[in-house]
Amino acid sequence: MKHFTNLFLALDQTTKTTVKVQSLVDFFNAASDSDKVWAIALFTHRRPRRTVTTSLLREWAAEKAGIPLWLFEETYHVVGDLAETIAKVLPAKSTASTNRDLSEWIQYIMALKDKDEEDKKQQITEAWESLTADERFLFNKLITGGFRVGVSQKLVTKALAKYLDSHTTATSREENQIAHRLMGNWDPVTISFQDLILNEDPNDDLSRPYPFYLAYALEDSPQDLGEPDDWAAEWKWDGIRGQLIRREGQLFLWSRGEELVTDKYPELARLAEAVGPDFVIDGEILAYGDGMPLPFQALQKRIGRKTVSKKLMAEVPIIIMAYDLLEIGTHDIRDQSYEKRRDQLKGLISDLPLHHDILKLSELQAFDTWAELSSLRDTARERLTEGFMLKRKTGDYKVGRKKGDWWKWKVDPMTIDAVMIYAMRGHGRRANLYTDFTFAVWDGDRLVSFTKAYSGLTDAEFKELTSFVNKNTVERFGPVRSVTPVLVFEIAFKGINESKRHKSGVALRFPRIKRWRRDKLASEADTLANLKALLR
Amino acid sequence: MNVIESTDRGLYCAKADVYIDPWKPVPRALITHGHSDHARPGHDAYACVKSSKAILRHRLGPIKMTTYNYGETFTINGVKFSFHPAGHVIGSAQIRIEQDGEVWVVTGDYKLEDDGISETYEQLQCHAMITESTFGLPVYDWTDQEEVYNDINNWWSENADDGTTTFLTAYSLGKAQRILQHLDQSIGTVYCHGAIANMNDAIVNSGIDLNPYHKVNADNKADDYKTAIVLSPPSALNSAWIKRFKNPSVGVASGWMALRGARRRRGADRGFILSDHCDWKSLNQAITDSGATRIYPTHGYTQIFSQWLTEKGYDSQPIETAFIGETLDAEPQEETKV
Repeated sequence: MKHFTNLFLALDQTTKTTVKVQSLVDFFNAASDSDKVWAIALFTHRRPRRTVTTSLLREWAAEKAGIPLWLFEETYHVVGDLAETIAKVLPAKSTASTNRDLSEWIQYIMALKDKDEEDKKQQITEAWESLTADERFLFNKLITGGFRVGVSQKLVTKALAKYLDSHTTATSREENQIAHRLMGNWDPVTISFQDLILNEDPNDDLSRPYPFYLAYALEDSPQDLGEPDDWAAEWKWDGIRGQLIRREGQLFLWSRGEELVTDKYPELARLAEAVGPDFVIDGEILAYGDGMPLPFQALQKRIGRKTVSKKLMAEVPIIIMAYDLLEIGTHDIRDQSYEKRRDQLKGLISDLPLHHDILKLSELQAFDTWAELSSLRDTARERLTEGFMLKRKTGDYKVGRKKGDWWKWKVDPMTIDAVMIYAMRGHGRRANLYTDFTFAVWDGDRLVSFTKAYSGLTDAEFKELTSFVNKNTVERFGPVRSVTPVLVFEIAFKGINESKRHKSGVALRFPRIKRWRRDKLASEADTLANLKALLR
Repeated sequence: MNVIESTDRGLYCAKADVYIDPWKPVPRALITHGHSDHARPGHDAYACVKSSKAILRHRLGPIKMTTYNYGETFTINGVKFSFHPAGHVIGSAQIRIEQDGEVWVVTGDYKLEDDGISETYEQLQCHAMITESTFGLPVYDWTDQEEVYNDINNWWSENADDGTTTFLTAYSLGKAQRILQHLDQSIGTVYCHGAIANMNDAIVNSGIDLNPYHKVNADNKADDYKTAIVLSPPSALNSAWIKRFKNPSVGVASGWMALRGARRRRGADRGFILSDHCDWKSLNQAITDSGATRIYPTHGYTQIFSQWLTEKGYDSQPIETAFIGETLDAEPQEETKV
């Protein structure tokens, strides 16, 4: 585990990209091939199957540390990371007494699968006792998952390319090629480094998706983008991004989070047998009925389900709103211009007339001036879209988030002035501050809570609020405090829906604190009627 | 009625009519140490230990002040008071209060380990103890300080080899001097932010020796800092002041660095776990060794710590203060009034 621990510490101890890349290259040079594969897997959010529940881990850690479980839980709440809490409540150890490497520890954890609880406990606590605090933290992370070390897929790709370049026996590979290889359905338990990265002809996985091209948000007016004629505009759909792949009669649907979600949308299955060439389409998984998108809330009912009932399929029909074509036949066409790709996409879809109920072309919106497009954007909300996507007609399809050719130009969020009534201590990064707040609006002379929000304030404001909370606590409920309702904040949100589960009768989407209205008294905050007026 | 009670001005001894580290102006204040959340301006009369005098003068200007030696007893209306070393920073004290045979100790901020520059903590015996609990959670377990100094010097040395300026934040009273005394000056020059340099000057003028340091000033060029270490208060990290250093490697020395999230939020390259407060073990040890049965935690995770003590059989209640006490981001200071 030493190489991997050193890598982790090096990555964790710097904010500089060049240093991170070099640390990864050093690791690739020092580590065994199986450790390389596992490190890549962990950094791209793959992890061994969980063999021990976190509630058992908590119990055992509290017991080993000699503290009551409630104290462990309170501490965990402050630390915000279970692996770290466990690593630190246990007695410190300066040198490890075992010498397993990363993949051996993973084997160790995977082998627990069929053991009974007593055996598991013994093996886990033995491991804890044999490791230093840093190694213990990583060992716990291998069990619980969620490696956040500030290493993006892009960084791993870059480091791999650099490593292969410097390595005499290995073949050099382009970063884009590596990024593509790291996508999709490979399993670190079975794949070798050779197959994953080196082999000329990897067992071509038919399901392998391309890395998504991600847009930046356009903060200012589109004037700065230049001539309107160079740009195409389509509605920004309020669904989830997906890549629809048909290869050799098989259909795969990937979500942007690199999750294979084909089975959740069985209505698409018949596309597997549709007449015509194979394809890879980039588009939006969208709930859609009566010629209109349905609110995102509807789609949410389907996102969580593994198996879908006929009833739900009828209630929330979905479509693929296609906006780009990445592969046609067996040709990767990502280096062609957006205009050319669009033409082929349009042709492909119009040749599939039997499937237009599930596969639609995201139409381009014609416009001559930015002003014209801007006034069209004002209708985005009633069309249940989020605004426009602006795409440069001559641009190729890039890998990851790149500035330049794709911009999202969203409508301004809705806002409401609300009174803060509860505060909860943050955890992890913000352990000693109050950072989670509950807000209310007036219903007559009563305050009704309607949302929580935590992002949007500066660190200085959080500190000031923490001070306020300390001095204005009315009641305590564990980590939550009710406070004197005097402070007013402007809350911005992307959408609002009716909700039976909430006292206020509404549920917000993506609420955040826009600003602290120091100029307003609590009595001047908005009312529930104001809030409900925003429901369409 | 308790010997010491918590009021909206701070801890108060009614019989003697004195406050301890009060946060609102009072006629008579006993001050545990010079951090600004304990030594507030505006009181009519101050009392502190001799070695805190220069620091309080530096911070508060011409105040009316009486000073005592550690261990020296003085009596006010029949209540016996004495200051005892707290090991927190230079001139830090616990206050022992004895009234009708009942002994209370207000620890102020304290740590048990000897940092080589603050007067070493003295373990007192008492019936009731008002203890700080800034780091009163079992995840706070300090690394051996020699190891930390070693890490800091190694980091500085690596940076110096690369020609990268080393930038380390530490509170200007306490941590800064503690680090200054342990830097290996064969690596390069030690520069201090004005706030630290001025505090150093005040301490040196009061007769305490410190290792050499230079004040960062406008005449310095970026090149002067290539192999140097710069000590700065945490607040300078977010100011324009830091821009004079070209791509420095940034470190933070604080007990809060024990948690990964805290360091990541700071955006620092390195976090060094170095605190002038007790860790979990020390807090528990000090409480056990005091023989006290009534324990009142103040600052930090007071609720949690108090519940822990209650379960262990102590009579314990948290005491809230109007101060955040030591936080990650700032020198100890009064919270902003809303």
